[in-house]
Amino acid sequence: MAAFIIRRLFSTILVMAIVGVLVFLLVHLSPGDPAAIIAGDNATPAQIDQIRQRLGLDDPLPVQFVRWFGGVVQGDLGVSIFSGEPVSRLIAQRVEPTAALALTTLILAVILAIAAGVLAAWSAGGFLDRALMGASVLAFSVPVFVVGYALVYVFAIKLQWLPVQGYRPIANGLGEWARHLILPSIALGLAYVALIARITRTAMLDVMSEDYIRTARAKGVATRPVLLKHALKNAGVPIVTVIGIGVALLIGGVVITETVFNIPGMGRLVVDAITKRDYPIIQGVVLVFSGVYVIVNLLVDIVYTVIDPRIRY
Amino acid sequence: MTDATLGEAPAKRGLWRFVRRNPTLVFGALTLGAMSLVALIAPWITGDPLLMQPLQRLRPPSDTHLLGTDHLGRDVFARTVHGARISLTVGLTVAALAVATGLVVGLLTGYFKWVEAIVMRLLDGLMAIPAILLAIALVALTGASVFVVIIAIAIPEAPRVVRLVRAVVFSVRERPYVEAAIAGGAPTWKILVRHILPPCIPPLIVQATYICASAILVESALSFLGAGVPPELPTWGNMISGSRLFVSIAPWTVFWPGLALALVVLAVNLVGDGLRDRLDPRIARRM
Repeated sequence: MAAFIIRRLFSTILVMAIVGVLVFLLVHLSPGDPAAIIAGDNATPAQIDQIRQRLGLDDPLPVQFVRWFGGVVQGDLGVSIFSGEPVSRLIAQRVEPTAALALTTLILAVILAIAAGVLAAWSAGGFLDRALMGASVLAFSVPVFVVGYALVYVFAIKLQWLPVQGYRPIANGLGEWARHLILPSIALGLAYVALIARITRTAMLDVMSEDYIRTARAKGVATRPVLLKHALKNAGVPIVTVIGIGVALLIGGVVITETVFNIPGMGRLVVDAITKRDYPIIQGVVLVFSGVYVIVNLLVDIVYTVIDPRIRY
Repeated sequence: MTDATLGEAPAKRGLWRFVRRNPTLVFGALTLGAMSLVALIAPWITGDPLLMQPLQRLRPPSDTHLLGTDHLGRDVFARTVHGARISLTVGLTVAALAVATGLVVGLLTGYFKWVEAIVMRLLDGLMAIPAILLAIALVALTGASVFVVIIAIAIPEAPRVVRLVRAVVFSVRERPYVEAAIAGGAPTWKILVRHILPPCIPPLIVQATYICASAILVESALSFLGAGVPPELPTWGNMISGSRLFVSIAPWTVFWPGLALALVVLAVNLVGDGLRDRLDPRIARRM
């Protein structure tokens, strides 16, 4: 077990190093000249040259990479071109709204999706199954921002039950914090729920055709324990896998949701950086989000060995 | 079956049976076909999508403006219909591009072990970056054009195709008929094309439809975030983005592009599900 985790940790570090190379190359192989971007539109060639020298942009790429990556490892993501503030500080200021939105959505979505998937598998072929799976294709097809504006129009503008947009820090009171997160979480979570529910249904159906389920039923075990104890537990591996993979969907969705609901999180940070071509911020946010995704999937691999002790690497 | 249908020509009956057995596939394909047709003939059925009429701002749907006008007095119907062009072009091109590159890389890495190590580590890194973020970064750094958007969406999709192709290649590589071909002295390219490629095709067709759906969604998201195709082109994403401040007084400016977007992605997904049920024997067996 310990050996497996160490080996898995090592490959995670390798993947992050490759992500680092890719994010670095993204900026340095793209056609724009970073020095010209930093200098702005009215700069003279001499000023651009000066900036290029100060940042060491004339050094060979591998030298620049080592210098940049050495900083990244120590938590130095460079400084914003626009405001001159350290990117790591800008990101730290934005973590709370993003984490609050992503975590509440993740937890609620997983509970809801597994319940829906188990119900669909239980009623396979029946009305409930068809209704749930039909709804899931629909949920998977409507973009986050369309769902978002539809929710805002109905629940915030017409019915005025919930705020239109914005975020309240959790320190200012739990009630307002939750009220501001309801609509964004629904908009963000819908596609994720659909994805997990579909996989849960398929995994449950796979397991439920096995002999031990028939044995359990034959000896008179009630439906609920058969579904939850015998079947769901053994359908766990594919479900946990898709929860991990789906986090990429969730991260992409966070960026859009924060724009729709004007939530001052890391997604807004990167979207605002697009028009200003503030590439250190774009690099920093891409790195942090990729890191989160890789770590979540590392945890998923560790969870495998807990749910299914037969798995040994 | 009634006597009337029994009397009909066999071909017609076969078609009806196909429709009844594959309702989602047929519904998806028909919707998609209709939308493609509308996209193709867009210039002949609508007015100018770029024409601004400042005196006609935010007008509700009427006889002159079927779906109303937006905050710059542009016709929402014309823009929604023209938006289909970008979405479908991006969706189909990305699917073709991602499948083609993924297929070649997947076949080569699946069959030749020596290229595998480097390429797969690189793809692991690529797949660790969430697709929308990678696309945002690529577009923001290289500038907005339809070509850049297509490449930026295809790059994160291709590794998933590689994974799929490799899985199939691994499952057939050791089969007796492949070993027989090798023993018989067939050239490697012939083994790849004649024996390894064919079993990859059915799952790839299904995968291509899902990539198409995902590409349409990502394109709209990029347009919405301001990191998509040039802003003067009408797309559903930038229509919604431009009108979002007016959603309370002019909901039609957001509703119609949103509906079109949802409908086209739903249609592609339904085609994908229908094809999967027909082509993937593992699933089909259970149905």
